Amino acid sequence: MCTTCGCGGDGATLESHPHAHPYVPRKRSAVAVIPPAPDEVRRIEVEQDLLARNDAEAVANRKTLAQLGVFAINLVSSPGSGKTTLLVETLRRLAGEVPVAVIEGDQQTSRDADRIRAAGAPAIQVNTGKGCHLDARMVGQAMQRLPLQNGGLLLIENVGNLVCPAAFDLGEAHKVAILSVTEGEDKPLKYPDMFRAADLMLLNKCDLLPHLAFDADQAEAFARRVNPAIRIIRSSATHGSGMDEWIDWLRAGAAAARREAAAA
Amino acid sequence: MHELSLAASAVELIEAAAVREGFSRVRRVRMEIGALSCVEPEALRFAFESAAAGSCAAGAALEFLVVAGEGRCSGCGATAELETVYDPCPACGAHPMQVLRGMEMRVKDLDVE
Ligand SMILES: Nc1nc2c(ncn2[C@@H]2O[C@H](COP(=O)(O)OP(=O)(O)OP(=O)(O)O)[C@@H](O)[C@H]2O)c(=O)[nH]1
Ligand SMILES: [Mg+2]
Ligand SMILES: [Zn+2]
Ligand SMILES: [Zn+2]
Ligand SMILES: [Zn+2]
Repeated sequence: MCTTCGCGGDGATLESHPHAHPYVPRKRSAVAVIPPAPDEVRRIEVEQDLLARNDAEAVANRKTLAQLGVFAINLVSSPGSGKTTLLVETLRRLAGEVPVAVIEGDQQTSRDADRIRAAGAPAIQVNTGKGCHLDARMVGQAMQRLPLQNGGLLLIENVGNLVCPAAFDLGEAHKVAILSVTEGEDKPLKYPDMFRAADLMLLNKCDLLPHLAFDADQAEAFARRVNPAIRIIRSSATHGSGMDEWIDWLRAGAAAARREAAAA
Repeated sequence: MHELSLAASAVELIEAAAVREGFSRVRRVRMEIGALSCVEPEALRFAFESAAAGSCAAGAALEFLVVAGEGRCSGCGATAELETVYDPCPACGAHPMQVLRGMEMRVKDLDVE
């Protein structure tokens, strides 16, 4: 069909219309007859990661921490695995030796930050509301309000959630995943991103093992299947097992952060 | 619901592009979402609708290009499709496969006016 006039264009002509205008076959004419107007739809290539801004802010946090010589840890786990209990015990053991500041992430309440302050350390509570994770901007803002000291620690307790905190870099040196023995051995397989993102896993509440059917070796094997390089410490934040190894790991990190800041 | 903050980031990226490229309305947004990423596409669609309200992307159609998981064996170098990030290498059985594709969460392009 002729697109100029709508006639057949297949050799048939209308009497009143002898086809003086050039006939253009339909397919080509559709392109030729409707030129793209400048104000019409155009395509913009964006090619940008949804996490791009978070990542940029994390890079800025990491740089600030490196300049200050502070060793920052992002603690990630399910709700109730023992993060705050572990932090309180950590503060007790490092009191007077290594300066520690804490950022507490929870959807609601300042209960965890209150526990930290009661244990004698400066803490900022970040309430994420509906948000299920901390992001780098929240941490950057909290860092400005904390006394961060050379050779010290910044311990960040993320919102209890095994899914998305894995994707949000906060600028930490390491993510530490805490898995408690009441949660099931297969958590690393169900939430592999988290255990892949972590460099250290604390298998916590090991004091309860005698009362449970939990297979700690199996849990470790699952974590290593997901992340062969992960370091694992079996711990009890309430009974003290594994705490020496955890504290030594933190001490070594803080000392290295101080050395690197001095060398820079 | 990390989809909420991802949707908010998407709208921010789009608004920045609007300033850069001089457009006022977005008809369609195409996002690449990896099959191994933590994004649930329908949750992201829902979150995007509310995050985009009042912006140049309000009412825009959201289209997902799902990127299948693909990995390369850290042992023998074979590549294979990945169902999970910890799939063993089908050739040699060694763990883990290095993830090549499937973690994407990105705004690819926009149809704008
Ligand atoms: N038996 C035992 N109980 C523990 C241990 N660590 C923590 N708990 C208990 O587990 C419960 C939760 O501990 P929290 O420290 O509040 O856990 P959390 O991970 O900070 O919890 P959220 O911040 O709500 O995600 C408390 O009743 C603790 O006393 C442990 O090593 N052994
Ligand atoms: Mg807590
Ligand atoms: Zn005609
Ligand atoms: Zn989240
Ligand atoms: Zn292989």
